[in-house]
Amino acid sequence: MGSGKEKKQAEKIKEISGVNPLKCMKCGKCSATCPSFDEMDIKPHQFVSYVINEDIESLVKSQSLWKCLSCFACVERCPRDVKPGKLIDAARQIVIREKGMDYLKADEIPELLDPELPQQLLVSAFRRYRR
Amino acid sequence: MQRIGVFVCHCGSNIAATVDVSKVAEMALMEPGVVHAEDYQYMCSEAGQAKIAEAIHEKNLTGIVVCSCSPRMHETTFRNAAERAGLNPYMVEIANIREHCSWIHKDVEEATKKAVILMRAAVAKVNLNTPLKPGESRVTKRALVIGGGIAGIQTALDIADAGYEVDIVEKTPSIGGRMSQLDKTFPTLDCSACILTPKMVEASAHEKINIYTYSEVENVSGFVGDFTVDIRKKARHVDMDKCTGCGVCQEKCPSKKAPSEFNRGLNTRSAIYTPFAQAIPNVPVIDCDNCLKFKTGKCGICAKVCQAGAIDYEQQDEIVTEKYGAIVVATGFDTIKLDKYDEYAYSQSPDVITSLELERVMNAAGPTHGHLERLSDGKAPKEIVFVQCVGSRCADDRGKPYCSKICCMYTAKHAMLIRDKYPDVNVTVFYIDVRTPGKNFDEFYRRAVEQYGVDYIKGQVGKVIPQPDGKLLVQASDLLDNKQILKEADMVVLATAIEPNPDVRKIATMLTASIDTNNFLTEAHAKLRPVESPTAGIFLSGVCQGPKDIPETVAQAGAAAVKAIGLLAKDKLLTNPCTAQADELLCNGCSTCKNVCPYGAITYEEKEVNDHGIREVRRVANVNNALCQGCGACTVACPSGAMDLQGFSNRQIIAEVDAICR
Repeated sequence: MGSGKEKKQAEKIKEISGVNPLKCMKCGKCSATCPSFDEMDIKPHQFVSYVINEDIESLVKSQSLWKCLSCFACVERCPRDVKPGKLIDAARQIVIREKGMDYLKADEIPELLDPELPQQLLVSAFRRYRR
Repeated sequence: MQRIGVFVCHCGSNIAATVDVSKVAEMALMEPGVVHAEDYQYMCSEAGQAKIAEAIHEKNLTGIVVCSCSPRMHETTFRNAAERAGLNPYMVEIANIREHCSWIHKDVEEATKKAVILMRAAVAKVNLNTPLKPGESRVTKRALVIGGGIAGIQTALDIADAGYEVDIVEKTPSIGGRMSQLDKTFPTLDCSACILTPKMVEASAHEKINIYTYSEVENVSGFVGDFTVDIRKKARHVDMDKCTGCGVCQEKCPSKKAPSEFNRGLNTRSAIYTPFAQAIPNVPVIDCDNCLKFKTGKCGICAKVCQAGAIDYEQQDEIVTEKYGAIVVATGFDTIKLDKYDEYAYSQSPDVITSLELERVMNAAGPTHGHLERLSDGKAPKEIVFVQCVGSRCADDRGKPYCSKICCMYTAKHAMLIRDKYPDVNVTVFYIDVRTPGKNFDEFYRRAVEQYGVDYIKGQVGKVIPQPDGKLLVQASDLLDNKQILKEADMVVLATAIEPNPDVRKIATMLTASIDTNNFLTEAHAKLRPVESPTAGIFLSGVCQGPKDIPETVAQAGAAAVKAIGLLAKDKLLTNPCTAQADELLCNGCSTCKNVCPYGAITYEEKEVNDHGIREVRRVANVNNALCQGCGACTVACPSGAMDLQGFSNRQIIAEVDAICR
């Protein structure tokens, strides 16, 4: 089990996601259906046991948070109503909220511009994260 | 004034850990009428019952209150104990301080307070109890079995062998049920038809068994020992007595496009058909929805070719009314619909099939004559993937929350049979858990792995993607290697969850038999009365009660038969004396009670009554005590308070409420 801080974070993840990870029956359908599986260091089905074991330190450091496409295939197909995608999203939010630096200033945008990047992404990011 | 004894049970620690039982006994002594109170570890034990008997003798008790578990558990036990000690059994009341109190509360003080209140209510009631005497009702020595699958057949055979008449009502044109669709059976791999068809023949030839196929139960009335059932014999349009079963009509029928129910829609059948070659009875039916004669008025070929003159387009449905003492439900199961599981591509590719469909594919009488081939192009598959738990163990609304129980074993069977017959075909099974408890079951599964080289991979399949070249790309987890697998397959077989036959809801309603959230019929007691419904005289056989395989089904079918025989062997049944009675002086003849009575137990009659010296003829309610089930609907409906339930009179109930509110 994790430290006091990790315990709190685990509770927060459960609260934000609305997921009870104990419902998981370890079938692995989430990982079976994940398009980013190969990119992830902690696989979607492992996310569940990390939250149960309150090993949140590893989770927030995990690359998986940023490799998850939020395609919600695992949310759609999870037979046990555990939906690892929601857990990943909650972990991501914990990181973002904790950093306190998750704001975007208007004058930072020009340097972020990239021809590959859809402009809509920047617009929505700015709406959400402007100070 | 009653002399009441109160007996408080500890139920080991079940009650005593949460309720201060000696306090309850102590408080009981302060209640009006209570002359004796004690607590004991197990009131239901022989020693506990002896204490009750002893107190009855020594203290001349006229009434008993037992504070213990639910009356559903031990009311009969304590009533019998009191009766043996010379007390009328209906002078015993139970205060449920276990299910209603100790099991649901944690705080000892609060729970004790509530237990005292429940005791008080029961004492208040017993103060007004009067001795009651049960009546008698007759037992019709005939049983009805609903459903003609292996469960129904076995139950019917066992009842009939004991010497009682049995009717089987089967909805489809033939008996045989799901088992007739199976190719081989686990764990011995003997052919399903080889062990089932002799039983079908035995049932149809048995002088005590009468089979109504293509028939449905339409209405049920009456009660244990004396049910009256209407059976609708659907029009076959073929005379059962004249037909010789030659099969020429089916051959010549020009309408051959109806999907074959027996082959799970994998091929077609004629409009006049028997479901399969070994059908019993071997008499076809005309499917009017697909028959040209019924659709257009033209055709009539079957009538022309029938040498026996058995075809009768004018035949109508017929209602048969029959009396039964016992009814056994054996309505079986079906696989769930997969329309909510798009990820497995079941509706997109004909090469994704259910396990039950695979049974038909592997069967010599099936759509491919027993050749293992892809249904899309008829090619022999080289890679077959089995997906376990499709729709089973699901917490969402797409599937079922329970384990379907039979899939692990039939998948091992399929995998083994395929590897045995086609050694060049690779078989992969994706599983979550392999559940194979049962005699020789785990050995069977291990044989698939160790001797037949079936590849079992722990991990669920996420997606099946049909490829342009006709292959199926299976995306799955390998949880032990922590890998995601992409595998090309030629066929995918889905171990689809099973569910009770949807018709069972209708039947359960007719029988007033209770049913759970998954439409499985509920047992009277999950452990101790597993083949009886809580509704007296209704018995459960096979999957209608819960998922089970053939050996278990046959065992349960026999158990249900024994229970039914036990009932039929009695000449008379004691009836519940807690029935309604009308006070003819208060009755105003309004008929409200008659209208609400679900059992048709109330009639009205013109009767001369003596109302305080005034003699006049009035229209008053009269309850038939043999029909009344004591539900109490009439007592609450009666506007003038003339209707009262014996043993649960209005006065008694008000006294209980008063005691609780005191």
